[in-house]
Amino acid sequence: MTIDAVKHSINRIDKLFAEKQGDAKIMNLFITAGYPDPAETAELILGYEKNGADLIELGMPFSDPLADGPTIQYSSEVALKKGVTMDTIFGIIRKVREKSDIPIVLMGYINPVIHYGVENFFRDAAAAGADGLIMPDVPVEESSYLLKPASEKHGLPLIYLVAPNSTDERMQLVDRNSGGFVYCVSVTGVTGARQGEDIRQSVGRFIQRVKKNVTENPVLIGFGISSHEDAVEISKEVDGFIVGSALINNIREHEGKENWKEKHFDFVRSLKYGG
Amino acid sequence: MSDLNIIPQTRKTYDWPSQAGYYGKFGGKFVPEILIPALDELEKAYKEAWQDEVFQKTRMDHLHNYVGRVTPLTFAERLTEHYGKGKIYLKREDLCHTGAHKINNTIGQVLLAMRMGKKKIIAETGAGQHGVATATVCARFGLECIVYMGAEDIERQKLNVDRMRLLGAEVRSVTSGSQTLKDATNEAIRHWVTHVEDTFYIIGSAVGPHPYPQMVRDFQAIIGEETKTQLQDIEGRLPDYVIACVGGGSNAIGIFYPFINDEQVKLIGTEAAGLGAESDKTAATFAKGGTGVLHGSMSYLLQTDSGQVTLAHSISAGLDYPGVGPEHSHLFDTGRVQYVPVTDKEAMDAVKLTSNLEGIIPAIETGHAMAWLEKLMPKTKKDDLIVINFSGRGDKDMGTISDYFFS
Repeated sequence: MTIDAVKHSINRIDKLFAEKQGDAKIMNLFITAGYPDPAETAELILGYEKNGADLIELGMPFSDPLADGPTIQYSSEVALKKGVTMDTIFGIIRKVREKSDIPIVLMGYINPVIHYGVENFFRDAAAAGADGLIMPDVPVEESSYLLKPASEKHGLPLIYLVAPNSTDERMQLVDRNSGGFVYCVSVTGVTGARQGEDIRQSVGRFIQRVKKNVTENPVLIGFGISSHEDAVEISKEVDGFIVGSALINNIREHEGKENWKEKHFDFVRSLKYGG
Repeated sequence: MSDLNIIPQTRKTYDWPSQAGYYGKFGGKFVPEILIPALDELEKAYKEAWQDEVFQKTRMDHLHNYVGRVTPLTFAERLTEHYGKGKIYLKREDLCHTGAHKINNTIGQVLLAMRMGKKKIIAETGAGQHGVATATVCARFGLECIVYMGAEDIERQKLNVDRMRLLGAEVRSVTSGSQTLKDATNEAIRHWVTHVEDTFYIIGSAVGPHPYPQMVRDFQAIIGEETKTQLQDIEGRLPDYVIACVGGGSNAIGIFYPFINDEQVKLIGTEAAGLGAESDKTAATFAKGGTGVLHGSMSYLLQTDSGQVTLAHSISAGLDYPGVGPEHSHLFDTGRVQYVPVTDKEAMDAVKLTSNLEGIIPAIETGHAMAWLEKLMPKTKKDDLIVINFSGRGDKDMGTISDYFFS
């Protein structure tokens, strides 16, 4: 990999937030690599970009995804049955990179990364064109010896999470150690679409604490968002929002039917722009 | 893994875990951020409780007057005769209330939960033994209890499901993934993540994120402490061998731990090899697995070439788990404990032999420890003392035993 390529990969997320206009919200969409099929993922990502996505979170499927609800568990099982490995995932990123510079953050669990080799993983992910890594089962402490050295060496920042029960000190620790953005978990729980009212009511005071303590990085909020209305309400005080389970549910609803991708992309557009 | 950065592991005496919850390079807290405050709270409460005389006195009172401790150290006279040398002793955890060592831990954790003001208890269970032990203490102390159990295990262990229900627990069927213990544990963790404010998760083995492996070990260490005193009274010395079966490893760490600094005592953990440690139908984590992270800690586990966790197989439901406690992984790497594989057949033969010669029906888990005598005894000296942790009674396994021997 050339020096230019390294520089380029470091900057995609930072560039996105630097160029963000005023109150505009960043829409980060989560898709499980290999769901509904490994051959479709790159095309879906490119379609998301055309229909309003600013950032992609690419899920690396794992057999035991303990921070995820039933929807993402399901998509992970499908992807694993279809034989998805690290090489498949890096292949998807390379394919997207032929046509697009949309920032891609990898999200997954530590065990397959350990098995692949931590150093090799960061090297190959950076070379393929990934821009960051979210590992929900590796907090800052374990990460400091396990992931951080390789992350710094290969210029692939680590993105940590804050939750409603995180203390102020904890939020500051996460902020200091994150690169790209901080992932704000809207509710105590696992991933999954929730009823709009519940999710909107609970976040107010929490967001104020996040804003006070997370000062070095942009903040994206996720968990439970399933409509434009949710997104607008919940992300009004932060830099953007993340949608995952609702997107996968929408694929499940349409997949296999005629022109299903068009209908799916309509949904994606509606998440960003309403209607 | 060659490229893992390892936390420094030079120690003069055995005082693991480290401040950060590591045993050498194993252990840690590999959990979602939401659980970090809960684990910090638990760690603090546990350390305080462990130093508190009132807590310890209460715990010992329940262990004596409810669980039925001190459990006997039985001289296995006819087994000893059968092998022709040495002296075989059985530490009788099968005589604990509910029929196995599991309750030593659930008593400790439930007292801690109450001390922390948590009124809702959750647990995971495979065969149902830990679920029953948890439901039992929840009934005793009047706490709400939810037990997660794989749908397939519910089918296989109907009697234990009904025992838990009779004790007032709600048994929740887990239909995700493999529908067994591994996925029941995932689901219990997800429940905890969602209800972390008012819920205490009682983990049943020496696994999970720090401080669980330490806590479970400390609550089970009474097995080894009693053994040490009892053998001193009877024989006036330490044993030469201590043998225990290892699934997650709670009964094994419970009897090993008080002997770890006595270097002349050889410690042997028997893991379930299923149809053979080299086959695909095995639970032999050390013989076949590699380093990885499952259910909150770094340890050994069974996995595919791409790091997906695979299903374990053992005729014994209690050993049918693809991981193992982090402290065992450390003891394996340092060589302090020798871990050996025992097949389904070897274990079942030992169940029969022990029943015939001693009039005690072991749990099939315990059969895995008894089976190692076949390999060990020919190599022992005339006066060697061998202690086996007789972790549970076999009544719960009569269905499997009937199918195996009598149908």
